[in-house]
Amino acid sequence: MEGVNPKISRTLLDDGTLAPEYDPGLSWDELRFVYRHMVETRLLDERLTALQRQGRVGFHVGCLGEEAAILGSAFAMRPQDWIFPCYREFGAALMRGLPFQSFIDNMFGNDNDTVRGRQMPDHYTSRRAHWMSVSSPVGTQITQGVGFAWAARLRKEDLATLIYFGDGATSSNDFHSGMNFAGVFKAPSVLFCRNNGWAISVPTERQTASETFAQKGVAYGVPSVRVDGNDLFAVVFAVKSALARASAGGGPTLIEALTYRMGGHSTNDDPNAYRGSDALAAWVERDPLLRVRRYLERHGEWSERQEEELKQALLDRLRAAISIAEQAPRPRLESMFDDVYERRTWNLDEQRAELLARVDAAHGETPSHGAARGHGPVRRPSE
Amino acid sequence: MPQMNMVQAINDALRQEMRRNDRVVILGEDVGKVGGVFRVTQQLFDEFGEDRVIDTPLSEGGIIGCAIGMALYGLVPIPEIQFADFIWPAYDQIVNELAKIRYRSGGDHTAKMVIRAPVGGGIRGGHYHSQHPEAQFIHVAGLKVVCPSSPSDAKGLLTAAIRDPDPVLFLEPKRIYRAAKGDVPEGDYALPLGVASIVRSGSDVTVLAYGAMLYEAVDAATKAAAQGVEAEVIDLRTLWPVDLDTIIGSVRKTGRLVVVHEAPRTCGFGAELSSLVTERVFYHLQAPPIRVTGFDTPFPYALEMDYLPLSNRILPALLRSMQAE
Repeated sequence: MEGVNPKISRTLLDDGTLAPEYDPGLSWDELRFVYRHMVETRLLDERLTALQRQGRVGFHVGCLGEEAAILGSAFAMRPQDWIFPCYREFGAALMRGLPFQSFIDNMFGNDNDTVRGRQMPDHYTSRRAHWMSVSSPVGTQITQGVGFAWAARLRKEDLATLIYFGDGATSSNDFHSGMNFAGVFKAPSVLFCRNNGWAISVPTERQTASETFAQKGVAYGVPSVRVDGNDLFAVVFAVKSALARASAGGGPTLIEALTYRMGGHSTNDDPNAYRGSDALAAWVERDPLLRVRRYLERHGEWSERQEEELKQALLDRLRAAISIAEQAPRPRLESMFDDVYERRTWNLDEQRAELLARVDAAHGETPSHGAARGHGPVRRPSE
Repeated sequence: MPQMNMVQAINDALRQEMRRNDRVVILGEDVGKVGGVFRVTQQLFDEFGEDRVIDTPLSEGGIIGCAIGMALYGLVPIPEIQFADFIWPAYDQIVNELAKIRYRSGGDHTAKMVIRAPVGGGIRGGHYHSQHPEAQFIHVAGLKVVCPSSPSDAKGLLTAAIRDPDPVLFLEPKRIYRAAKGDVPEGDYALPLGVASIVRSGSDVTVLAYGAMLYEAVDAATKAAAQGVEAEVIDLRTLWPVDLDTIIGSVRKTGRLVVVHEAPRTCGFGAELSSLVTERVFYHLQAPPIRVTGFDTPFPYALEMDYLPLSNRILPALLRSMQAE
């Protein structure tokens, strides 16, 4: 196997034209569809961060600056394919069919949340969107996504997985195992590394002594490419190429998408504590939204008016969804004991009765930090 | 009914379930052509082929992580961890992922599988081939843990575990893999999880044991009977969810409790069993519960027969329990 070309593939060139060798051939409608979701993602990041600052949601982990990498890669996959997310990819989940209200309910951890308020915000799930449940450990989804794709291959179903992770996760055991198993068993998977420069406060040079992350694929026999992660066209092209190989029985591909985490790791992080503003300034110039918008406008396929109308519509929808989410009650107490197993075991029955008896004795008054976040009243147990 | 040892009975259960359900796959180190280092999967490769009996790279974390993905897809993986001592690289995947997927996704996703792992000492395996780590898994919400002691139970419980909707850790006591023999029902045979078995009735003291140590407990009980002490020996079979009703019923009758396990004493399963009994039938107890266990040391190679809670340590505990009036 040849080494990895350290060259970064780019499609959207500085003169506003597309490099034909990496042009995915998107129609204007397709391009506008993805762009709208990029705008939605950016706007949600801003608003959810503000809500966290106001104390109305507990947490948010955003993707400011990484929208092209995230939305472009997910757009390139087919409906039957499955996504194994890291935790920054809510924009792609929404694009693939995670209901908007469901996402906002998850941010508030209320009774309507599909994961029933059991996880932190941004840890949603959506079978409808073929989206695996989000967990916080950074690399565990890699082997799982490989195993899922491998199983599909064993069952001769044309299905691939897109597995998201960051540069930090390439240091995890699961990355090594996942790449190794994917290579050995030719799992039809696209291993998509968002190299955004940072793992919380630790820069890429502390994650690896390798020249690139892509070259790690060589050792596992996994074809690898580097792509400009802020170039929507180049990302779509790279993922479509990888998907075509996977679908044809050629196995996995490692994609290193070079992008930049323009915000903090999450709302709990202040990047000013560990990085200067100079690096950020360079990436503002490469803002993935601006690049697509300029391209659309240059060809008369987008306008200032459309941009404003889109943002207003998104804000209206968000306000309505937040209002519904804030009025929803917090999860029922007894739901704490559901879904540990398919059926509750005797110890869960016993502990559930113990909790509900305490609530009955206290006339429904339980300590609740949920109430402080604007949740509705505590629900009485239904039985 | 054919006579089988534990290895043959487990092999039979795997074969039956693989014939019944083509979504059942086995994966692990050396499980394919060679049939596992203990030969538990012998000849399954020949019958079901390399896509269903899969030799993997040497990585427990990779095996379990990929098996979770397979289960999420809808297969029923049965990963083998060659020795339970080597399960720790997969602990994160088992604890944070496998055991939590149903809960954390609000029931949107499930990942059922049976992780098979040989456990226990007495085979001259030293620290890295002798551990009996049930406590670290019983403590994990979302897992079930099984440990059979006879060939027929091994077949019946493994069949049930494969059909169970939740992830099950199936611990196989390797010291008795070939030593334990008995009649095993042919064909389709499942036993319910969560039901203990009273293997010896008695009215004086209740002994809880499982796996290879069950035979030591029975031996001690037989010797105690010669001294006029009738012990009731309960084989827990399913460690979690444990059959509390059978345990409590027995202790109500005997008023005395001795718990036996190979694993170290502190925070071992015996501590939980003692607490469960004490909380419920404290006023029926005529003596303090006694734990006869491995010591709080790493598993020792040369002194393993002094480390294990064999009959010669269980018998004095039974007699001591009778003296504590």
